[in-house]
Amino acid sequence: MLAQQLVNGVMLGAVYALIAIGYTLIFGVLGMLHLAHGEVFMIGAFVGLVVLTKLSGNVMLALAAAMLATGVLGLIIERIAFRPLRGAHHLAPLATTIGAGIALQETARWYFGPEQKGFPSTIALELWEMGPLRVSSVQIFILAAALVLMGAVHLFLSRTRAGRAVRATAEEPTVAGLLGVNVRAVVMLTFFVASTLAGAAGVLVGLAYNSVHPFIGVQMGIKGLVVMLLGGLGNVPGAMLGGIVLGVLEVLGVAYLASSYRDAFAFGAVVLILLARPEGLLGLRVQRRD
Amino acid sequence: MIGPYLEDVLVQLGINVILALSLYFPLSAGQLSLGQGGFMAIGAYLASWLTATLGWPWPLAFAAAAAAAGLVGALVGLPALRVRGIYLVLLTMAFGEIVRVFFLNFGPTGAAQGFRGMPFVTTLPLVAVLAVAVAILAARTAASRMGRAFAAINRDELAAEVMGIDVTRAKLASFTVGAVVAGLAGALWAHYVQFIEPEEFGFARSVMPFTFVVVGGLQTFWGSLVGAAVLTLLPEWLRFLKEWRLALYGVAMLAVMIVRPQGLVDHRLVEAVRRLIPGHAKEALS
Repeated sequence: MLAQQLVNGVMLGAVYALIAIGYTLIFGVLGMLHLAHGEVFMIGAFVGLVVLTKLSGNVMLALAAAMLATGVLGLIIERIAFRPLRGAHHLAPLATTIGAGIALQETARWYFGPEQKGFPSTIALELWEMGPLRVSSVQIFILAAALVLMGAVHLFLSRTRAGRAVRATAEEPTVAGLLGVNVRAVVMLTFFVASTLAGAAGVLVGLAYNSVHPFIGVQMGIKGLVVMLLGGLGNVPGAMLGGIVLGVLEVLGVAYLASSYRDAFAFGAVVLILLARPEGLLGLRVQRRD
Repeated sequence: MIGPYLEDVLVQLGINVILALSLYFPLSAGQLSLGQGGFMAIGAYLASWLTATLGWPWPLAFAAAAAAAGLVGALVGLPALRVRGIYLVLLTMAFGEIVRVFFLNFGPTGAAQGFRGMPFVTTLPLVAVLAVAVAILAARTAASRMGRAFAAINRDELAAEVMGIDVTRAKLASFTVGAVVAGLAGALWAHYVQFIEPEEFGFARSVMPFTFVVVGGLQTFWGSLVGAAVLTLLPEWLRFLKEWRLALYGVAMLAVMIVRPQGLVDHRLVEAVRRLIPGHAKEALS
């Protein structure tokens, strides 16, 4: 029973981590919160749904299409909700991204309707029993996809030239610019990568719960913020760890305490963490940027 | 006489003005709260429970509800003194969500089924009087010693402290007053719609006052008033767009911030308007 819950929790947590990495990358580079990130995730889920129902049943194709679409969406959001606000009050991007989020929610509601939409189960459902543990092919796929994506981001940031530019910009944008890093291109790249991860997470959540709706991004967006905080702002490995921690905590809390308090665990954890360590759980090297 | 539709819009406008000002108080001291929905829920539920279940007269119930919201505000504000910037945003957001989940599970006020049975109290004149009273409070505060302390902390906390301002007290006061006002908005709202449920006090509700204040402008409390008015009336004006209405609302918010990142109302605009008022002409010239 406990092992089963842990498996479910890790799967859920891997998806949280994908969203949180996007938040943390954008926060790391710009020092600003992107409050429409949950809606980018939602659009990813719907793009996946459209591909699976209208075009082909291939999950990989759906995943790729969702990632590409949300990547482009991320670039658009950067262009209209962030770039015009350089130098404005630091709360201004919160307002523009809330506006963009409302516009995205309402567009999705207008196009797809406000109700839950069934997500086709295209992966042949197989159940493997390992002793008391039951793992489905869908769960394996979700976990594998999330881990591959996280690994790819890690390699991108640590091994590539562009990844180094992203890290340098996160450290100190002005100096990075002086040293020849094209900061504007780095910001765009960051938004693209962050948004593709959210799009992929959207498809994976659709597969996991078999349903999507236009307001799915609100709670997911908040959870992503919580995970970012758990991991320390701007800390990518921390976001991965934080996602798994939150996923496991939630699943265990629901299993052994009360299911209706599910969302309160995450936020209770936030309050406790902030009181004990005002700079986040792993927020060691993160400079203060108010 | 005004029609029922206009009356409904104006009551909502009044409540939104109060809600916007509830965020203006902490924000004027540099404290952003995205948990005002939580304080509003506390005010709404407590006032409703007092009038519906205990049969208290409404003025007493409203006062008790606002005071309780303020007490919780002080309790949240105390630990919030330790965190700032983005962490404070996340902390208050978490607070709002915890309050929502609490009422979602709290049997005595109907849990997820919602709560009803409170009398209809919130008439347009009552809302108007209270909204004006809160606005006057905001104006008086801005011109007071405490308001100047808020502004100083907002500009530079360290410098304010060095100048001898009791930062802890000022921050706590700004947070508590904001919570009292949000609780009042909740009590008014509950006794207008006469049915409340936890979901309406979620994150979306907490974001509302924030958009009012930021779109209206952070520099003066007039921004909160104008922001609440514009963003309450805009969806009504956009009604002819049918289902595209709210999408356009989001786009309009974006557009305003891009064109005027400081918000609709800034110091210069307030000054310009003041000059247009005849009695102030000489004063402005001298």
